[in-house]
Amino acid sequence: MADQFLVLIVLFPLFVGLLIPIIAYFNKSVVWPLAILSLIGSFWAVFNTATQLLKLDPSSSISYYLGNWMAPFGIEYVVDRFNIMVLFAIICVSLLTTIFAKQVIEKELGDNAANFYSLFLLFITGLLGITITGDAFNLYVLLEIASLTSYGLIALGRGRALVATFNYLIMGSMGACFYLLGVGYLFIKTGTLNMDQLYDVLPLLFDSKAVLVGFVFIILGMWVKMAFFPLHSWLPNAYSLAPTAAACLMAPLMTKVSVYVMIRFMLNVFSTEYVYSVLTINNIIVIMSSIAIIAGSIYALSQKNLKKMLTFIIVAEIGYMVGGVWTGHVDGIRGAIYHITADAFMTLCLFMAVGCIVYRVGNDKLESLKGIFKKMPITMICFLVGGFSVIGIPPTCGFFSKWYLISGAFNSGAWYFIIALIISSLINAVLFFRIIEIGFFGAMSNEKPDYKSLQSIKFNEVPINMWLPLVIVSMILIILGIYTNEIMTNFILNIVPMM
Amino acid sequence: MFEYLITNYNYMVVVFLMMMGLWAMIAKKNLVKKCIGLVIFQTGIILFYISMGAKNNSTIPIIDPKYGEAAINYANPLTQILMLTAIVVGVATLGVGLMLVQRIYKEYGSINEDRILEKFK
Amino acid sequence: MTIVSNLPIYAMLVSFLTIFPIIIFGKNQNVREVFTFIAAFTKLYILFNLAKFVLDGNVVVCKLIQVLSFISIDFKVDGFGMLLAIVASSLWIVTSLYSIGYMRSLKEHAQTRYFCCFALALSATMGVAFSANLLTMYLFYELLSLSTYPLVTHNQDQDARTGGRKYLTYLLGTSIGLVLPAMIITYNLTGTLSFNEMGIFGNSIQIGTLTILLIMYLFGFAKAGLLPFHSWLPGAMVAPTPVSSLLHAVAVVKVGVFCIVRILTQIFGINLLSSTHLGTIVCVIAGLTVLVSSLVAISQDNLKRLLAFSTIGQLGYIVLAAGVASKLSVTGSMLHISMHAFGKITLFFCAGAIYVATGKKYISQMVGIGRRMPFTMVAFFIGSLSIIGLPLAGGFLSKWYMVLGTLDVGKSWVMVIYLISSFLNVAYFFPIIYKAFFCTDNESLFPNEIKEAPLAALLPPLVTASITVALFIFPDIFLNLAKIVVGVN
Repeated sequence: MADQFLVLIVLFPLFVGLLIPIIAYFNKSVVWPLAILSLIGSFWAVFNTATQLLKLDPSSSISYYLGNWMAPFGIEYVVDRFNIMVLFAIICVSLLTTIFAKQVIEKELGDNAANFYSLFLLFITGLLGITITGDAFNLYVLLEIASLTSYGLIALGRGRALVATFNYLIMGSMGACFYLLGVGYLFIKTGTLNMDQLYDVLPLLFDSKAVLVGFVFIILGMWVKMAFFPLHSWLPNAYSLAPTAAACLMAPLMTKVSVYVMIRFMLNVFSTEYVYSVLTINNIIVIMSSIAIIAGSIYALSQKNLKKMLTFIIVAEIGYMVGGVWTGHVDGIRGAIYHITADAFMTLCLFMAVGCIVYRVGNDKLESLKGIFKKMPITMICFLVGGFSVIGIPPTCGFFSKWYLISGAFNSGAWYFIIALIISSLINAVLFFRIIEIGFFGAMSNEKPDYKSLQSIKFNEVPINMWLPLVIVSMILIILGIYTNEIMTNFILNIVPMM
Repeated sequence: MFEYLITNYNYMVVVFLMMMGLWAMIAKKNLVKKCIGLVIFQTGIILFYISMGAKNNSTIPIIDPKYGEAAINYANPLTQILMLTAIVVGVATLGVGLMLVQRIYKEYGSINEDRILEKFK
Repeated sequence: MTIVSNLPIYAMLVSFLTIFPIIIFGKNQNVREVFTFIAAFTKLYILFNLAKFVLDGNVVVCKLIQVLSFISIDFKVDGFGMLLAIVASSLWIVTSLYSIGYMRSLKEHAQTRYFCCFALALSATMGVAFSANLLTMYLFYELLSLSTYPLVTHNQDQDARTGGRKYLTYLLGTSIGLVLPAMIITYNLTGTLSFNEMGIFGNSIQIGTLTILLIMYLFGFAKAGLLPFHSWLPGAMVAPTPVSSLLHAVAVVKVGVFCIVRILTQIFGINLLSSTHLGTIVCVIAGLTVLVSSLVAISQDNLKRLLAFSTIGQLGYIVLAAGVASKLSVTGSMLHISMHAFGKITLFFCAGAIYVATGKKYISQMVGIGRRMPFTMVAFFIGSLSIIGLPLAGGFLSKWYMVLGTLDVGKSWVMVIYLISSFLNVAYFFPIIYKAFFCTDNESLFPNEIKEAPLAALLPPLVTASITVALFIFPDIFLNLAKIVVGVN
């Protein structure tokens, strides 16, 4: 049993996800508990893997060979201190979202709810697989599993969701194809698809043009998948029109997992030497990320719709991570890796809170937030914690990732990246305090606010299984922040080689 | 240079197919044509993989006494297996895409991107 | 000597934990207020226990948690921090009393929220006072900005919205935009953020970098109200009077100057400031603030706005004295934090009392008020004496040290600023007092029926005014605290 944990992580949601349509045919009410159970199973497997891993030497990893076919013939699953962190983030986010999602799904989807859970679990399977696999082609397959299910999930949304999904499908498939093409180039040169072996073989081929093309295609593919500006156009519509529960799951995870894949390839397939010394494109990409950050923030500022605003914040946050990695300084890379986890929870917190608001208020327009503090105090406090984290107010985790990112930028001389980060923080502050203002004062600024009309608003909080996960997430944000040092020394320090 | 192109004509075909597919995906207004572009693009990649595994004077990767056991006499089976998976993925993507087009058509009565955008206004 | 103790954390937690009973007993006003007072007195008791250690020349430290590889959330209680903590928490008691009188007599809404935020702001102030490094200080500084926002916007009307927006824009904008990068750059240059008497910058760092950092810090802590980042303070006058007194005397602006003085003396270090042109930069910026704000104050007719500009000027004094960078002037600077707090809070209480009793806000309407409200106006007189820096009020002592300090290092042009500014202070305070007392019955704008404000609004200014006088005669506690940390005998 003990040596099967790695594969169990993926198998629990996979099988339950496939069984759910059949079970739902007989009994719809067991679907939700069943989904939660499967994720708890997966969580348990992740937890056990983590305890095993932490007993080992910091640089070592645990491998699992599917069907007992040794690498490079078989597919290898690897867990090291990098992806165990991402796995934890994924499984926590999925578990909390599933607990949160029950009423929202029933309200928004009605009879489709059971099938929704099936897609939901398959999507999680895909993400867990992407994170855990040590095989470049297997990664493609799992990436497409995650993408295909996410098309399905978004298409269940309202209004223009179908068209948004179609755009996402075209863009997403293009990204995946680029990735596949890039892997093809690497395969031609090296004859292997196993990441560890690629890492061993590639240093001999650093001056090969084919390897360069492969690298460019892989990174480009991932940029499309993570919605790196200016390839972001699919994201805002897709995520803001998706059903609330799907948005809560996809917005935190899909983009972050793509960032993880990019960093994985940069550090553990191509090696830092290739990325930062052989290629000399750092500066251009950091400039691009700075533009991405500022553009995302400005777009966010111009939105009148809460969910749409959050999606543009994601675009800006992607810029944080891409820029951080490409600064080429240890601190920047550490910051970006830390930010993967931190941002997953930040985004989850914000989307869940907006989900709660939409559930009670009925829409997600900014002006409908009038008097929301009095009506839903718990939701709003959690929303604020998430917002503070995005702004970067200590002791939330957003502050510490910003700390590392700015340190990295400072040490690598990328002053424009510092400026972009600061401007983005300021714009985020404006964004969230605009919401506070509306929630606190009531009317928009052109009307005359009157607190007496606010006093008639009654306390009307969402059900406990919705606010409890939200409270947990907002506490995670603070806990992550306070324990930054532990996370850094136990996990991230060992991933990033000294340069 | 020309000779190089001739001897590697399979890659030229691959590049041509991919460019064509990419162009259709980006430039075409008709949603079904976009889907077709996607398929052409994927086919290009599939051919790319298949041709990288092919060898001159070799046979299918099943050990045959006529050819002996030397690996050089057999095509690389891995790329073909990979492409079987990729084809499945491609078909699934196409299926989802066409399903979406169908539902869009039901909802908006058109599969032309511009006309659909007009309906949003 | 260094003593490890959890007392600083308890001092912070006391007011933080009061939030819960305040919320629970929100419906029952009397019980709710009892909890505020229990917390206030407990806090003061803890602080006096701590002060015993500090006055013996010890430093109390306590480490909470390691957050970054070389930085932790750390607390250190030295004389300066103790000084701010005692000022803030003793004034909390008076302000709470005043708040209760004010809020109840005006039947304000959302009183529970008000008292919660007040308690939270106090905790944040303690955190800033006791922080042992820049990161801890920044953390509590931000907490203070956020927790005072609901107080500033308490009225929840259009003015409050505008004022509150300005308040947050200035405070958060500068702290995120300037302090955060400055802090990270400092950390990357020196590898530490802990406060140190000698300063943390070695000799290796270029003076140009240091100049930029200095300016980022000076303007970054916008709570100190240095020009041109001062206009949030007059804007925040929309808040109820007890909140204004909190902003001006108890917590917010005091925290701002505290942070700047802390950074000047313990990040840059007095030696670095006096041996380079950095000290001069501080003096120029602060000196301009002092002069301009005093000139603006003269032209104000709204009493509370006048007081706001007066505060900006006095904050400039504190920064200016720290920039002079001699031991005596830094002592004066620290001392002035406490002296100004007691003086200014008296003035605000008086302004509030006048408003409660007569409904008047403008100075031109206050002719002859001294005859109707003699106690209030005597308190006002004492408060203004302290601000101007005349004997019989505590402000004299701090200014005395400041002026001595300038002579010490030969920056006599700074002394000129002090003198001009003192004249300007006289010029905007004495007309008010003169018109209040010296007018014929015909000129008086107030009928005979006008009486003193209710006791809850009258007592606090009298108490703080007598403390102001008492501090002139017995300044020992604050003076010793300041001397200990600077190292003057």
